[in-house]
Amino acid sequence: MSDTRKILVDPLIDNNPITLQVLGICSALAVTTSVMPALLMCVALTSVTAFSNATISSIRTRIPNSIRIIVQMTIIATLVIVVDQILRAYAFETSKQLSVFVGLIITNCIVLGRAEAFAMKNPVGVSFLDGIGNGLGYSAILLIVATLRELFGGGTLLGYRILPLVSDGGWYEANGLMLLPPSAFFIIGLLIWGIRSWKREQVEQADYQIHEVHRTGVL
Amino acid sequence: MPEAAATKRSRDSVRNTLMVAISLSLVCSLLVAGAAVLLKPKQLQNEAEYRQRIILDVAGIAESDADPAIAFAAIEARMVDLSTGDYVDAPAVDKFDPIAAASDPELGVRIAPESDIAAIRRRARFAPVYLVRTGDEIEQIILPVYGSGLWSTMYGYLALEADGNTIRGLRFYSHAETPGLGDQVDKPAWRSKWRGKKLFDDNGEVRVEVIRGAVAEATPGVADDNAYRIDGLAGATLTGRGVTNLIHYWVGPQGFGPYLEKLRGNAGEIS
Repeated sequence: MSDTRKILVDPLIDNNPITLQVLGICSALAVTTSVMPALLMCVALTSVTAFSNATISSIRTRIPNSIRIIVQMTIIATLVIVVDQILRAYAFETSKQLSVFVGLIITNCIVLGRAEAFAMKNPVGVSFLDGIGNGLGYSAILLIVATLRELFGGGTLLGYRILPLVSDGGWYEANGLMLLPPSAFFIIGLLIWGIRSWKREQVEQADYQIHEVHRTGVL
Repeated sequence: MPEAAATKRSRDSVRNTLMVAISLSLVCSLLVAGAAVLLKPKQLQNEAEYRQRIILDVAGIAESDADPAIAFAAIEARMVDLSTGDYVDAPAVDKFDPIAAASDPELGVRIAPESDIAAIRRRARFAPVYLVRTGDEIEQIILPVYGSGLWSTMYGYLALEADGNTIRGLRFYSHAETPGLGDQVDKPAWRSKWRGKKLFDDNGEVRVEVIRGAVAEATPGVADDNAYRIDGLAGATLTGRGVTNLIHYWVGPQGFGPYLEKLRGNAGEIS
């Protein structure tokens, strides 16, 4: 596998920011009640990660070490505000649903994590691709969670009715839990379990081991 | 290697640190300000169109594919001085933002804690009302209302018949209540329950109330009471209570009470 391909494809499963690194969980819980806002959030986060990576990488040789995190945060915050303004102008209805969560991309650990871990040490092109790759990895998980939650929580997908609800004379009783944040925890937990059972190398070493104690004395 | 060390030293020098910090701040602030200024007209237009659509919808004259601006032109917007209930010409109704005006020292007033049942602390001294006419007769009056629910401030519009008492509809356009439970306030199934309910009883007391449970089960046989009662939302008692409170506040003496009283006395016409 070529390097560029690896940078793009790795974060999808092998090095997924949500399921392996367990970053960006907060927004994954908040915006996944239905597919449409999740989709918009994915586009927003992917573009912010890609462009912040590219920008930070392009000035990485000039950034003084002492203020590098502040510089990264400023660049990320600027991009997020611009994205937020664009959404409010051109995707008004959905941006109302996303409300504060676009603004919270600033504090999304994935964006700062990629800037600090990758863009500070790599050239512009691959940093941009790394941002796209990680954004797509985040998007993949978000869309899986959102699809499950919207389908079982409301019986719809992208607003189209898939399962007819009992309240409208159908057969499906909507699962209200799916619309509440804890359900996203359960789904993400199950995904992590599934992926780690399939790819054993993702299983982490236990931090410490409990040894059996041989008691010889009498208490 | 010595060269690399030299770059590293100059990169971390105070001079370069200041340079980077200042130029980055400049570039970023230009970008943010530029985006905000360039996109502002479009965003304001979105907001205004969205509110117009909600007003048309609560009045029941929304046609999904028609241009809301054209349908909205048929609605007459007037500004009301809340303390007297009279129409006023200033401030101009199309530029007025009640939420911003509430915190303005000139245009807003503090609400005494004991009468602040909607939990909004301050309100504007003026408020817009929207009149739907058929011919010269007023057919509907639409009032902006807002107040605290469980998590958030809920903003909406209340449409009344010309008698200033019978409810035509209630619709919230902005809230952050619990998804799946409290956010039912925004769903058509619950909104339709408001139609035909009465705000005041014969003595002029505000009686309308979101109850717990369904109306028919709560008071079997007492049909009089049911005119003021709306089914509660399962799992959203506090949101429902917030809705009751905010309507009580806005149609009460602190809100549109004086205006509605004049409206009832003068068959809809106020000088």
